Amino acid sequence: MTSETPIIEFAGVNKWFGEFHVLRDINLRVAKGERIVICGPSGSGKSTLIRCVNRLEEHQEGKLVVDGTELSDDIKAINAIRKSVGMVFQQFNLFPHLTVLENLTLAPMWVGGVPKKEAEERAMQQLQRVRITEQAGKYPLQLSGGQQQRVAIARALCLTPKIMLFDEPTSALDPEMINEVLDVMKELAHQGITMLCVTHEMGFARSVADRVIFMDHGQIVEENTPDEFFNHPKSDRTRDFLSKILAH
Amino acid sequence: MSNQPYVFHPIASRPPPRPVGGLLPWIQRNLLDGWTNVLITLLVLVLLALAVPPMVQWGLFNAVFGPDNAACRAAAAASPHGACWGVVAEKYRLIFFGRYPYEQQWRPMAACALMVGAIVASCYRPFWRSWLIGLWAVVLVAFFVLMMGGRFGLVPVETSRWGGFPLTVMLSTLSLLIAFPLAILVALGRQSKMAGIRTICVLYVELIRGVPLISVLFMASFMLPLFMPQGSTIDVLVRVLIGMTLFTAAYLAEVVRGGLQALPKGQVEAAQSLGLGYWQTTFKVVLPQALRLVVPATMNTFIGAFKDTSLVTIVSLYDLTGALQLALGDADWRKFFFEGQLFVAAIYFVFCYAMSRYSLWIERHLNTGTRRQ
Repeated sequence: MTSETPIIEFAGVNKWFGEFHVLRDINLRVAKGERIVICGPSGSGKSTLIRCVNRLEEHQEGKLVVDGTELSDDIKAINAIRKSVGMVFQQFNLFPHLTVLENLTLAPMWVGGVPKKEAEERAMQQLQRVRITEQAGKYPLQLSGGQQQRVAIARALCLTPKIMLFDEPTSALDPEMINEVLDVMKELAHQGITMLCVTHEMGFARSVADRVIFMDHGQIVEENTPDEFFNHPKSDRTRDFLSKILAH
Repeated sequence: MSNQPYVFHPIASRPPPRPVGGLLPWIQRNLLDGWTNVLITLLVLVLLALAVPPMVQWGLFNAVFGPDNAACRAAAAASPHGACWGVVAEKYRLIFFGRYPYEQQWRPMAACALMVGAIVASCYRPFWRSWLIGLWAVVLVAFFVLMMGGRFGLVPVETSRWGGFPLTVMLSTLSLLIAFPLAILVALGRQSKMAGIRTICVLYVELIRGVPLISVLFMASFMLPLFMPQGSTIDVLVRVLIGMTLFTAAYLAEVVRGGLQALPKGQVEAAQSLGLGYWQTTFKVVLPQALRLVVPATMNTFIGAFKDTSLVTIVSLYDLTGALQLALGDADWRKFFFEGQLFVAAIYFVFCYAMSRYSLWIERHLNTGTRRQ
């Protein structure tokens, strides 16, 4: 790792859902521009981990610094951080009552204070980036799953975030649509944006990730470069997990 | 089995089979299909033949339409009976405008026309712009200036003499206009993270829903003055309006809350992840979707509230139904109460049916694109 200040830093972060200890002593430093893939069995806390970064979940112990700001109850600071952190959800979460274009211009206009015309121009640029400009006037539910997810990526990019969080972005998609989303994500990865991606697409992890993190029971079990991670996993738990997801 | 490679031949799309059109095939399919259906059809025809001609005879052929009391009495005594629509012809001004001074009744008429015009304009979605709020402000001011007088050379008319249709329209419109935003705030408050706000909202809804509207109206008109400083009075209309607003808002709040709960959590999370604050998320993402979901239930409450205005008679305000009772106070016409009630019921029906149709239309209209086609 570089000696540069990390853009995201977890230091001894703990979180509970009621009595359930969902994140346990998380220590993680993410350098600017780094691309990280997080995997692990369901319930291992990987989604919760990235949702802490834009404070959709609150951590209860430890320190979490994002882009130079420590996350606390200060709602203003959180909204500022959210502007520089884009997020893509498993269920897309597009706003169904707004057209594709309106989905993209909402935050720039109301959060960024960008005039409508400029916001629309920027939105069209982002739609171009995910190759879906011709759908700008449609409503989200008129699009296919893969198209919806690409719109969701474009929407997150409209605020020109420094960090992108992906929470199982291809898990709700038909098999034939997974690649169109992964292709967009790969292009994005080559453009220098910091990425944290929860996914089980191991091909994507191999070709894109700088680091793969494996979580289980709320802990980071192992982190390594994709090569080392897949070819020489250190722990038995990792080997067991990999044997299950790579077997077929 | 041949060794030829399998070739995929796409099948071209064909139109679906169409049922045979026309009236006769329809009757055959729907009314005369099997002997049970034939029997039911015959039975219904017999019942219609027994019921419809006497009704038409009573309401139309033997009826008296002019305000002729003697003719009315003759028609009622005759066999078969005839309806006396004369009671409406004679008393319609009293039914529509209550005890409002007779020679000034153009004023409530104009006021009603303005109000109904504003309501109709508000129904049209392209008019949902900021100027509509201005239009309502102007219409409401004009309504009260016309009704109250004392300005622009209009003779002052006390609120105690207001009645009939203007009272019904004003009470229902104003109470709904205020109750709706209040209900949204209460519904949001019930979901607040702040325990104090949540408790207040829950208490409000449960208390108001727990008592009949009649009690609320009584309390509003008799108890509210007790809390006021000595010597100051609030007009009974205002007191009743407050009571009705609070009552309707409690019901509407629960309707809105239903919509809020039906919204997937991911919608709020997506808005938050884009940096939208609480009120931006609420107004841009949550409410537009939640309110769409509850259009039928909202209209249900609106229609109920519109008809509930008739309860204000118990605090001596003469709305449409109250004004009818005033009209029937005339001993000459009292025995024709049934025709009078039918007339008032018809007025209510026209408005409620319009609301109901509008609800269906706006629901379809708002859902354009937001439902999977």
